[in-house]
Amino acid sequence: MTWYTMDTWIVVVGALAGIACAIPGCFLVLRQMSMMGDAISHAVLPGLALAFLITGSRASVTMFIGAALIGLLTAVFTQWISSWGKVERGASMGIVFTTLFAVGLLLIVQAAHHVELDPGCVLYGALELTPLDTVTPLFWLGLGWETPRAFVVLGIITLVNLALLLLFYKEFKISSFDPNLATTLGINAQKMHYLLMSMVAVTTVAAFEAVGSILVIALLIVPAATAYLLTDRLSTMLLLGGGFGVLAAAMGHFLAVWLPEVHGLPDVSSAGLVAVTSGIFFAAAVLLAPRYGMLGKFLNRRPLKKHKAATPLSPEKT
Amino acid sequence: MFFGDPILLATFSWEIFREVLFLQEYNTRTVVTSTSLLGISAGMVGSFLLLRKRSLMGDALSHACLPGLVIAFLVLVLFGGTGRNLPILLLGAGATGLFGSAMVLWLRNHTRIKDDAGMGIVLSVFFGAGVVLLNIAQKMPGTRTAGLESFIYGQAAAMMRADFILLSVLAVAITLWCLALKKEFTLLCFDENFARSLGWPVQRLDLFLLLLIAAVTVVGMQAVGLILIIAFLIIPAAAARFWTDNLGRMLFLSAFIGGISGWVGASLSSLLPRLPAGAIVVLVASSIFIFSLLFGSARGIVRRNLDQLRLRRKIGRQHLLRAVYETLEQMSPTPDDPFPRNRPVPLERIVAQRSWTRQDVRKLLRRAEREDHLHEWNERELSLSESGFGEASRITRNHRLWEIFMITHADIAPSHVDRDADSVEHLLSPEMVRELEEKLGLQNIPASPHPLTREVHP
Repeated sequence: MTWYTMDTWIVVVGALAGIACAIPGCFLVLRQMSMMGDAISHAVLPGLALAFLITGSRASVTMFIGAALIGLLTAVFTQWISSWGKVERGASMGIVFTTLFAVGLLLIVQAAHHVELDPGCVLYGALELTPLDTVTPLFWLGLGWETPRAFVVLGIITLVNLALLLLFYKEFKISSFDPNLATTLGINAQKMHYLLMSMVAVTTVAAFEAVGSILVIALLIVPAATAYLLTDRLSTMLLLGGGFGVLAAAMGHFLAVWLPEVHGLPDVSSAGLVAVTSGIFFAAAVLLAPRYGMLGKFLNRRPLKKHKAATPLSPEKT
Repeated sequence: MFFGDPILLATFSWEIFREVLFLQEYNTRTVVTSTSLLGISAGMVGSFLLLRKRSLMGDALSHACLPGLVIAFLVLVLFGGTGRNLPILLLGAGATGLFGSAMVLWLRNHTRIKDDAGMGIVLSVFFGAGVVLLNIAQKMPGTRTAGLESFIYGQAAAMMRADFILLSVLAVAITLWCLALKKEFTLLCFDENFARSLGWPVQRLDLFLLLLIAAVTVVGMQAVGLILIIAFLIIPAAAARFWTDNLGRMLFLSAFIGGISGWVGASLSSLLPRLPAGAIVVLVASSIFIFSLLFGSARGIVRRNLDQLRLRRKIGRQHLLRAVYETLEQMSPTPDDPFPRNRPVPLERIVAQRSWTRQDVRKLLRRAEREDHLHEWNERELSLSESGFGEASRITRNHRLWEIFMITHADIAPSHVDRDADSVEHLLSPEMVRELEEKLGLQNIPASPHPLTREVHP
């Protein structure tokens, strides 16, 4: 098996995406809004198309801003439709993202002669190609240190998310578990909601550019849900979520390198395998989690059954 | 920017318009008919999905179809085919789709993972597995996977005759099935636990609903694309919900909206070049949704706000008239005597009756004047007209009947009864008032059961 520097970079980028996604992901799972990442990653298409049509450049900064804005708009529209129209949130998410996707598709097809956006790349992502696109982030210090651009972007997003989490930890926690209590304590739950949605939008767009949309959804939800099965503490859940994200990225790419050599299989998508690996972790947690897993439930129930059998309730004794 | 396009304008002519409208050309006919049929069946199934609060299941299910599709393809290739057998591919896709969504149900019922997280997990993990399998299939020697992906993006414009027949038959079958199981699904959506207590196989019904959704999704996905089928399952049902509170009507309306957006969208897309059918259909459907959201006759935003405004005005009017009546009552020397009806009342005393400002009272007075309830009013005092006094005594009477009823029958303390009566009296129907009269044996206006000089009313 051959492991290149490039492979290390891929794992590092994937791990950063895992940490960056786990922070908003845990709150999405707790607030039962897990499909938001999916909605946003589908809805960014018109943002990409509009950013290109307006500025005429394919510079990643403009694309990023366009996509993040539309991502935030998705959250805002969803909120409007579900609160004004009394539509269930899942349904309003579905309405918003399909409509935005349709608008994006229309824009791209109409302007087909001068846009090349590959829908395949958008969906599957090109995790393997991230190390090829490099920048020198420290050039202003006179250092010629070359790193993949995705590393720099995701590194910044991870730091921002961590900073926001530490700054607003109490507010996020209370407004996620009990929005009414949060309001009585003087925390604006609405504002926290939109702050979280901005985090989700920016993280989704950043990670999506690097690793593709399926992997973003996988990293947002699956590690967080895995952690949710293992603990009842928010801080532990966040740590575990990030940990599972990193593990999935490492294992997934390792499998992508290892499988072809061992089994004679052709090259396979790292992004796909990372998603599958995180799914395997989740399945393991469902089976083995000490309290909420199948095994845990079985073991917890056994002494109860024995107890019940030992002291039968009979009318004479009572 | 796009509509000034000369190519676009040049190709538009009435000939083509007529051709499309009357479905004269074979290709247009198949596309338009099948998209509409699909819209009808998806609209119907989608209604149940919406009421079951699982609208995004179509999303999860359609992504979970990918691995099954590729596995079916690989199996077909292993048996020496080209892998182009549509029914088998559909079957494979449907199998993993159904498996994935059944897993969401299982997670919901057996772990603490809720529907939304379950859908997210199934969607991403299954799709990831599908991508991996697709990579393997693409690189296997001697297979031609090109076009396998068009399954996901749809290929409405190039539908074969056999595909068309398969799709139409399935769409009609799904619609009929849905109608046949309407009662069962209705109970499942509205009161799952009641259904269970009646001994109905709730889980099997849930699974059966999923089966119908899987069928719509799989059939629709290869015809019109993944995004459109997700939209078809959600948007028509959500739009129909704004027009009615009756499930039977909602089903038909949703099917109608789905059908009409399929028809209009597909026609438009074949009428004008470079308009992808799927996207146009979604946009037509969401325009209908936005219209319904605003103007829907049962739950639309305009309707709901109008209703609220009307109620607020009614409450304001009733409060004002009762305040005037009670002030008149207090001003007369003996409370039970008939007092002069159009005696001027100082505005100050009205303002003091409730927690309202002078501004509020003035606004209410202006409206009361338009409704002919006032004889005359100025900044200092006001007097009721004949009809205003009649209305005021009726309202006061209702309020007191209700208060006395609460004191005698519901054991509410006289000092608290005013506020409790206040929240109900505006909704008293004439029948209810008659019932109260009979129960309490009161015919004329009773005296207030509590002192009228009150502290400020909240």
